Amino acid sequence: MRRALGMSLWVAMVSAGLAVFLFLPHFVSDFHSRDLAQAGAFFIAIIGLDLLTGYTGQISLGHGALMAIGGYTTAALIVHEHWRDVWTIPLAGIAAGIVGFVVGLPALRLSGLYLALATFALAVAMPSLIKKFSGLTGGSQGLQFLESSPSQVTGLSGKVTVLGHTMTQNHFLYYLTWSIGIVGLGVAWLVVRGRGGRTFRSVRDSEIAAVSSGVNLAWTKTFAFALSGVYAGVAGALYAIQNEIVNPLSFTVSISILLLVGAVVGGLGSLSGLVLGALFVEYLPTLSTNVSTREGVPDFIYGAAIIVVMILLPTGAGGLLRRLARPLTTWLYTRP
Amino acid sequence: MALLAVEELTRRFGGIVAVDDVSLDVGEGEIVGLIGPNGAGKTTVFNLITRLYRPDNGEIVFDRRSLLRTPAHGIVRRGIARTFQNVELFGSMTVLEHVLIGRHARRGRRAREILGYVGLAALAHRSARELSFGAQKRVELARALASGPRLLLLDEPAGGLNHEEVGELGALIRRMRQDFELTILLVEHHMQLVMGVADRVHVLDFGRRIASGTPGEVQNDAAVIEAYLGTNA
Repeated sequence: MRRALGMSLWVAMVSAGLAVFLFLPHFVSDFHSRDLAQAGAFFIAIIGLDLLTGYTGQISLGHGALMAIGGYTTAALIVHEHWRDVWTIPLAGIAAGIVGFVVGLPALRLSGLYLALATFALAVAMPSLIKKFSGLTGGSQGLQFLESSPSQVTGLSGKVTVLGHTMTQNHFLYYLTWSIGIVGLGVAWLVVRGRGGRTFRSVRDSEIAAVSSGVNLAWTKTFAFALSGVYAGVAGALYAIQNEIVNPLSFTVSISILLLVGAVVGGLGSLSGLVLGALFVEYLPTLSTNVSTREGVPDFIYGAAIIVVMILLPTGAGGLLRRLARPLTTWLYTRP
Repeated sequence: MALLAVEELTRRFGGIVAVDDVSLDVGEGEIVGLIGPNGAGKTTVFNLITRLYRPDNGEIVFDRRSLLRTPAHGIVRRGIARTFQNVELFGSMTVLEHVLIGRHARRGRRAREILGYVGLAALAHRSARELSFGAQKRVELARALASGPRLLLLDEPAGGLNHEEVGELGALIRRMRQDFELTILLVEHHMQLVMGVADRVHVLDFGRRIASGTPGEVQNDAAVIEAYLGTNA
């Protein structure tokens, strides 16, 4: 009885979430859908970062670099190989996944702050690396989709028809990004639910106990890095498609830091609050400019907001949701 | 043929020889105590057997095959499980989740049986972090049992327990050997416990094995008395 009630509550919540996803663009301006789409790209990258940092405890301050791999894979395929933009997404994910795996290998010897610094170095080096391979990446100019291959950009004419529905390009980008985001969230949920999640968390909680319980540390850590890389790559691809351009400034160090902020605000080690983390990262800069545009003020508001959120919500939005739901879940899952 | 045979094992840390040419054996079905003063190298021997440390010299044979080619995470699959001196739990997990991580207890029912066996059934959904020290030690025990081991290594299971709990522990160790068909090697400072449950005892001092035998033999061994009480005794 209680189990059935719990199930139906869960179904109701998922349906409500899906309804918001489906109808939200119709309540905001067309242009605003594009902002939401960008939030969706952050959302995907943040899921990946949470799998890595929140679940296996490996801090990455270099996820912007993995997004860059995805973004440039997409851009290079569109501009040089004339692929249609949406079909490049899987390959961008695979490319960044491979790079994530490779980054994960030296990470086996580092942990905590040292790993954070090493990944940060990757983020710092990325723009210069991109400029170095200018034949492929277009150097400082970057790669422009609209000039070089407009026919590969979906919805440039203003209309896109998907499954019989005609929509604007901005709506298309919104639905594309968030559909992938929802699938990504579902995949992450399948990974961390049950045995996979226990394996991930055991590595974070106590390496020595994990290894003595039969967990292969090296494999688990590099797998998490690769999986996280796939998410970052897909996010980078979507980010590139949304902006119709990539250049060395598209993926700066600040993106890496923003992603970590988003993951922490959303709640490391849980998936339920990550949407809020993504929205926080996307909208806080705009909101803080709304308060005042005087020089320095938005930055100050932005920093202060992060501090306040961290003091009030040390476990992020996910932790808050868990705490709010605890009386209910306890009641639902306790045998009378 | 011993189930576990440690042969001429040596491990140095910098200039310190933590384990110095130690040989010892544990027969199938035995409860063997590993005792010695602080810093004698007991835990280092455990960490060598479970491959957390690499020996500088020597051989470890378990079930007629060397352990030295098995990686640390493969030890549990070979049939060796352990507990830790300073409890090593997974801070984010419930008691039940600790048991589920054991290899042979992926299904919930077996996990619950084991929790019942060590007396933790009522605490299955509590976070292991919130429990008393004694209960946390039983969580470690349950996690080790859940992997279905043949050899169980207990590192100071009585540490931090009160007198009554130590008594229960002794009974539990004997019962576990029976019910899980275990061989048990235990490091322990609590002499009463060791002398009560162990069939045989190995004594380490400054990384060397100084005596082996039944509890009675070891208690009267001159070298052992000297190690514990000092030369002037």
